[in-house]
Amino acid sequence: MRLSMDLELQDIPGQLLLALQPFRDNKANIISVVHHRDRKTPRGMIPVRFVVEMDRSKIETVNAKLKECGISVVRAGEDRLLEAVSVVLVGHVLDSDLGDTINRIDSTGFAEVMDLSLSMTGVDEPSSAYLKIRATGKAEIQKALSILREVGREKKLLVIDPIETEAV
Amino acid sequence: MRDIRVSLVGYGIVGHGVVDVFNRKKQMLRDLGLNLMLISVSDHTGTVIAEDGVDADKILGERTLANVATSSMKGKEAISAIDSDLVVEVTPTNIIHGQPGLGHMEAALSSGKHVVTSNKGPLVVSYSHLKKLAADNGVMLKFEATAGGTMPLISLVERTLVGNTILGIRGIFNGTCNYILTRMTEEAIPYTHALSEAQDLGIAEADPSYDVEGVDTAGKVVILANSLFNMNVKYSDVDVTGITGVTPEALALAKKRGYAIKLIGDVPALTVRPTLVPLGSPIAVEGTLNSAAIYTDLSGTITVTGLGAGSIETASAILTDIVSIYRTKRIDAIF
Repeated sequence: MRLSMDLELQDIPGQLLLALQPFRDNKANIISVVHHRDRKTPRGMIPVRFVVEMDRSKIETVNAKLKECGISVVRAGEDRLLEAVSVVLVGHVLDSDLGDTINRIDSTGFAEVMDLSLSMTGVDEPSSAYLKIRATGKAEIQKALSILREVGREKKLLVIDPIETEAV
Repeated sequence: MRDIRVSLVGYGIVGHGVVDVFNRKKQMLRDLGLNLMLISVSDHTGTVIAEDGVDADKILGERTLANVATSSMKGKEAISAIDSDLVVEVTPTNIIHGQPGLGHMEAALSSGKHVVTSNKGPLVVSYSHLKKLAADNGVMLKFEATAGGTMPLISLVERTLVGNTILGIRGIFNGTCNYILTRMTEEAIPYTHALSEAQDLGIAEADPSYDVEGVDTAGKVVILANSLFNMNVKYSDVDVTGITGVTPEALALAKKRGYAIKLIGDVPALTVRPTLVPLGSPIAVEGTLNSAAIYTDLSGTITVTGLGAGSIETASAILTDIVSIYRTKRIDAIF
């Protein structure tokens, strides 16, 4: 499974290497390490985000080992929703029950609306909304988009989704 | 020197451009070995016939041929009666029944004349029939100007990219819609305002529905699908949404997140709809420009952009088609 972890390291040499050791020992595949030197916390710690692929059963071992080394684990969570897509809706977005529109995506279990901005001009005028949808994979993004297009047809909303960057 | 006797059918904006361009490029064509003679020009009022070539200066100032026609023959009658090698068909387009262009093309092809056209209607309605008619009579039907105007698309795929499998083509195929969406984004003005501006500038027609409802783009999608993907589809197979529902607020929301909204035609998906295109993408061109991304198996993605419409620009695509008919036999032939 893919996991993202936010750690805080002390600002002394060798800390990053120390933090990597437990991942290595537990055969985790490191996808990315983002070291935020410019974003020191009030306590003077340096935040680092790790994204790793590892066996679920090893998480506790890695966590314990990190703590043992004096590294604090601020957050650790499964990166479930790996793909994202932007969509713009135009029409009577609010009056056609925006809550229901979002719920139709959220209730799938594989996709969620993560971001929403609304722009309204007048009561009778069509409003416009920007949605960011996250899903567990590329195929699920396409499924979520077709659900949204179906909802669009039903509620007379114009659904504007992104161009495919590759031939399908 | 090869003599080519050309009949022009249709004398509107594009027809004027054709007469002008033929006149301007006469010497260049001679240098290529082609003596292009425009022996007749027809419109709905009559025909000007001149065996040694119609005098461009004499007719270019005329809006129609009513005052200069030397014969009352029109359309199919003129095509059949005049002994030409090639017919340039540029009458107004109708994508429901394809007439009068369809009849003109049938008459020309069945009497053994090559046809070069910018008229989408007949190709949308009857592509395979016309193609067969051309093959049966040993002549060519060329229509680069119908999809993407002056932007090389059909010849690019058929010649330059030959050997590639074309996986898809997506792009902006209507300059009027692109102009309106560009202006709405730039000035945060509503659709109706941007449309009336486009009408004042002559970019949009008095009845803009053909462009803004996506009909024109869908016609081009059908032509590309039939000619480059051998799909045998018709207009009703395309899922079409125009740009009339797009708001300046939607454009602003999209722009804030790094996207432009463009009317995109997609082959072979057969869709035409407003679509988010990443800002900075090569197909996210502005103003009246058209663009197309061609997805291939060997060459990756090729993007072309260019003016989609205009009198001289369309005539240039027609001229390219004419030259390619005569060059095909000499240069590209496989023996």
